[in-house]
Amino acid sequence: MRLLLGRLPLLAVLLIAISVAVFTLTQYLPGDPAFIAAGGGDATPEMIAHARDRLGLDRPMVIRYVLYMRSALAGDFSRSMVNNKPVSEDLRKFWPASAELALAAIAISAMVGVPLGVLSAIRAGRWLDRLITPASVFLGSMPIFWLGLMTVLVFYRQLDLLPAGGRLAVGVVPPPTITGLYLVDALLVGQLAVFRDALRHLILPASILSVISLAMITRITRAAMLDILHEDYLRTARAKGLPERRVVLKHALRNASVPIVTVIGLQLGQLIGGVVITETIFSWPGLGLYAVTAVDNQDYPAIMAFTLLTTIVYVIINLAVDLLYPLLNPQTRS
Amino acid sequence: MDRLSPGAVFLRGGPFVLSAAAIVLVVLAMTVAPRLFTGRDPNAIVFLERLQPPSLAHPLGTDENGRDLWARVVYGARPTLVAAVALILLALSVGSLAGLVIGYAGRRTDEALMRVTEFFLALPQIVWALAITSVMGRGLVNCVLALSLTWWAQYARLMRAQVLVYRQREFVLASQALGQRAGWILLRHLLPNCFAPVLVKATIDVSLAILLLAALSFLGVGAQPPLPEWGAMVTIGRKYLLDYPWYATFPGLAIFLVVLAFNVLGERVRDVLDPASRLR
Repeated sequence: MRLLLGRLPLLAVLLIAISVAVFTLTQYLPGDPAFIAAGGGDATPEMIAHARDRLGLDRPMVIRYVLYMRSALAGDFSRSMVNNKPVSEDLRKFWPASAELALAAIAISAMVGVPLGVLSAIRAGRWLDRLITPASVFLGSMPIFWLGLMTVLVFYRQLDLLPAGGRLAVGVVPPPTITGLYLVDALLVGQLAVFRDALRHLILPASILSVISLAMITRITRAAMLDILHEDYLRTARAKGLPERRVVLKHALRNASVPIVTVIGLQLGQLIGGVVITETIFSWPGLGLYAVTAVDNQDYPAIMAFTLLTTIVYVIINLAVDLLYPLLNPQTRS
Repeated sequence: MDRLSPGAVFLRGGPFVLSAAAIVLVVLAMTVAPRLFTGRDPNAIVFLERLQPPSLAHPLGTDENGRDLWARVVYGARPTLVAAVALILLALSVGSLAGLVIGYAGRRTDEALMRVTEFFLALPQIVWALAITSVMGRGLVNCVLALSLTWWAQYARLMRAQVLVYRQREFVLASQALGQRAGWILLRHLLPNCFAPVLVKATIDVSLAILLLAALSFLGVGAQPPLPEWGAMVTIGRKYLLDYPWYATFPGLAIFLVVLAFNVLGERVRDVLDPASRLR
């Protein structure tokens, strides 16, 4: 708790800096916002002047920043320039899809990466271990948007096993919104057919997205385990006759968990960029696809709201990872 | 082995390192002299030959305008590579200079400037590149600028950590005692000693830069048509993916091979310059 309080001032400064940066960006948008707000082409000079007054555009920069922040804190990111709906409404609608995708991806890469890292550490130098570094370089060299398209070719076009995009097949009714995550909601209300369809749609995008963090998690797990495997307390655990399984999983993995959890947390932050790309490949209706569409349509209120929110989420994830240390390793509590 | 020069050690890396070096050399040659590899004009539009599958006349097939894909991949090496190298050079020079100054400034100034650096490290790269290019305009040059805005901070942090190690060493203290100017000490004494890890990071970062720039092109804010850039070619090829799969496949394969080659070389450079990392 003290640690959290110690971090709060820094977090506050960082958040203010981020909001200033986004606000600064909005000041350099192409086009005259008053002209656009007044309706564009047909606007008379009076209408433009009125809009300028209403938007506070002739007031000093600092005042404009305060106004901007006041509405942003109230959850008002003004209206989309494309569909004229409040941007906040769209963000609320699209974020669960992104959350579902990112969580599924990080779950896959942790469930594959940690065991792989542990195995290659306890069998250091054997074939599995020697395969892991080249394999991670190999996978890490693939542009994920291309890898995604290639998997669509194989699993959709050639094998017809999995769908090419979207969250549900055409005609399938989404489950009632409880969490917004289709997999969870479908299970909660017991719609197994919807669950299966949602899962089929999630497999390819989540696997592609997990590639980004998989290699990193495997390598860090391996290194963390290698650092620990020769410690005295492991020899003691073995000497007192504990089965090797228990030595590795309970005594070694627990003590290696700080760097592993750190990397998983940090990768969750890193996934944000990957989410944008993956959603574009698989037409996954989340925030990333929303942002890319907004960039295509030059829908600036939407772009700026997306930028502000994802940056804040990114910073908070990184802070949360810092705060996890003492829970995992009492030695870092001071 | 430690008697050999770093270059000789480098070349003893085995078949993977040698093929990687060969790929990089070929791509460099494509950048400098694309005419050596194809006689065709990458922008010559032949409507009668649109979306042809690979054949003897068109080894990689043709695109939706009947342009030869092999010629476009060959000519695409230049924008792809030049942009990536420019990005890393920009980030490296700004970042190293900032890191030198921050690390040498000491205490209060160091603290304050590192907070500024941390702010830039806290920005998710792709998201900010999207936001900045949507304001500044699309295109490869703006993507390079947008990515370097966040990238320099990584070099600054690395350089500062190095300077902190070296600033208390005798040769630095001696030049301070001699009354040499801070600028001279920074450039003449600290920079050469602190540069090795920065150089290793730069070689590895080139491949990351190629991937990120290609991703931005794929998202539509990077290279704009008709420029033959690999990421942008995959984007257009995606529209024809199911019926004309070779279109998106080959330019993406080019990105993959070049990035793989740079990564293999980067790992090798690190092994040679920093043998301790091999133990990891």
